[in-house]
Amino acid sequence: MQSETASLEHRAILKWIRQDSSVLDLGCGNGELLALLVHEKRVQAQGIEIDEQAIYQCVAKGLNVFHEDIDNGLSDYADHSFDYVILNQSFQQAKKPDIVLKEALRVGQEVIIGFPNFAHYQGRLQIFFKGKTPITPSLPYAWHDTPNLHFLSISDFIDFCLQRNVKIKESFFVGKDKEVKRLPNLFALAGIFLVTNGKASNVY
Amino acid sequence: MTTLNSFIKKTNRITQTTDKETGLPRQMIDSEKRYSVGTVQTKYFHFALPPNEFILASGEKLGPITVAYETYGKLNNLRSNAVLILHALTGDAHAAGFHKGDEKPGWWDDMIGPGKAFDTDKYFVICSNVLGGCKGTTGPSSVNPETAKPYGLDFPITSISDMVNVQKHLIDHLKIHQLLSVAGGSMGGMQALEWLVSYPDRLKSAIVIATAAKHSPQQIAFHEVGRQAIMADPYWKDGHYYVGLPPAKGLSVARMIGHITYMSEISMAEKFGRRPGDEKLHKFSAGSEVEDYLYNRGNHFVKRFDANSYLYITRAIDSFDASQGKELYEVFERIKAKILVLAFKSDWLYPASQSREIVKACKLAGIAATYCEIESTYGHDAFLLEVEEETHLVKHFLQRVSFEQGGIDECEVREYAI
Repeated sequence: MQSETASLEHRAILKWIRQDSSVLDLGCGNGELLALLVHEKRVQAQGIEIDEQAIYQCVAKGLNVFHEDIDNGLSDYADHSFDYVILNQSFQQAKKPDIVLKEALRVGQEVIIGFPNFAHYQGRLQIFFKGKTPITPSLPYAWHDTPNLHFLSISDFIDFCLQRNVKIKESFFVGKDKEVKRLPNLFALAGIFLVTNGKASNVY
Repeated sequence: MTTLNSFIKKTNRITQTTDKETGLPRQMIDSEKRYSVGTVQTKYFHFALPPNEFILASGEKLGPITVAYETYGKLNNLRSNAVLILHALTGDAHAAGFHKGDEKPGWWDDMIGPGKAFDTDKYFVICSNVLGGCKGTTGPSSVNPETAKPYGLDFPITSISDMVNVQKHLIDHLKIHQLLSVAGGSMGGMQALEWLVSYPDRLKSAIVIATAAKHSPQQIAFHEVGRQAIMADPYWKDGHYYVGLPPAKGLSVARMIGHITYMSEISMAEKFGRRPGDEKLHKFSAGSEVEDYLYNRGNHFVKRFDANSYLYITRAIDSFDASQGKELYEVFERIKAKILVLAFKSDWLYPASQSREIVKACKLAGIAATYCEIESTYGHDAFLLEVEEETHLVKHFLQRVSFEQGGIDECEVREYAI
């Protein structure tokens, strides 16, 4: 389930994570990001993943992983069990993203959320000119065969955080092979945010 | 995990897996005993000689005690590569390899041996028969030194924690300070949990398969029907049957009930047809395939198992509570070991929800652990049959645990340098 922009995203997340911290990766897939964090930042890593084959890949990488879905994986944890809760490319797959974000902010001191940007210009053009559900490098699935349940843009997410008093501390916008600095809602394939509970501030 | 392998597994129950290097079915290779630990012998350890009897959880004393055990592989110089295998209700110390002259290997031979999940080229694998059993370790069929007759019901009530305390004596005797891992399914999983909460400093990791921290009323109910069947057999004679015939009918009915609970609706439908019986002694003689199967398994079982042991061990399982009357996460807080929890989708006797309770306690106690709910149609039996998936998980889990304690060999260090 890795998009083409995965390694750029992983590098961005890696920068935000403190050395020797604890990380819960919700929807960790084959464990590529967690293994990178263990290797580079010596984090205490725990994954949660619903796909059985992905679990086998995680275990082969020497990771701790629980076989559970995104929507139920957090509820058993005590408050602030981890320094970071990561939802990279899994946020838009949660049945109830609102509750998952709330839970992630309860269980983690900080939360990292990465998702494909539905408002990328390629998608906009496809809808406008072809009148079809867009297929882009970060949204590579046909409408009938996608794990994504929600389609949001970078602007949507910023509004979402504003309305919920969620503070955006850091952000990174992913282009095809480099960071997008201008007009991310138009040019970024994916957005990654470091958020925490606190006073909302629209920095954009 | 390949389609071919799952096809082979589903079409031929004997040939469960193929060997990765040769492509030959594992069973064929095993018959050549190439990947087997070979011929093995049961050893015996004696302790708790009067007046230093073993004190049971109930406060009662028991001694002397004999423990039947087997070992496979070599203990390393640091004595740090020992893995204790814990058997289920009717298992024994003979987990792998062949006893001289036997055609059938030990009960978990698919998982224990050179290159297998519990790799005897790397690990020193130990398996002992539980206290209260009838396969060499002291139990109700053993001779009571006070009367010079088998204990029968004079044998004290024993618990899962008593079984584990006896194993700890064996581990002390083998001069192993810290086990690399303990591993078991079903009642073996309960013993693994007991090891975790009672001796958190004596193990690096635990593999807890298809089990529960505490039996549910449904699980107790099935056991109780089995016990009632034994006790209703006129040959049972309040447990003092050792001079005459055993309560074979009762024990065989108990085993039949057990077998029903170990399978799933799908696995039974796949295994048995609905053909009517051939020649019948009377109208209700066993006839259909499933009836024949249960009847034969029951009859076979009474030749190898003691009815009183069945009573004592099922009682020990039913009264087990890993949480010791508290919340499970509270007793988990002292655990430093890495934990691997496995459950199987079609296991309705030990449903995955019970494994998830263990996972929940890990989360609340801040224990990093791994949990996998393996896709299987075999029901509770899956823990003995889903060899390929279990092998992958156990093998990598153990590699990581041994790497984290300093590594057993260099090749693992390279593998985990990512």
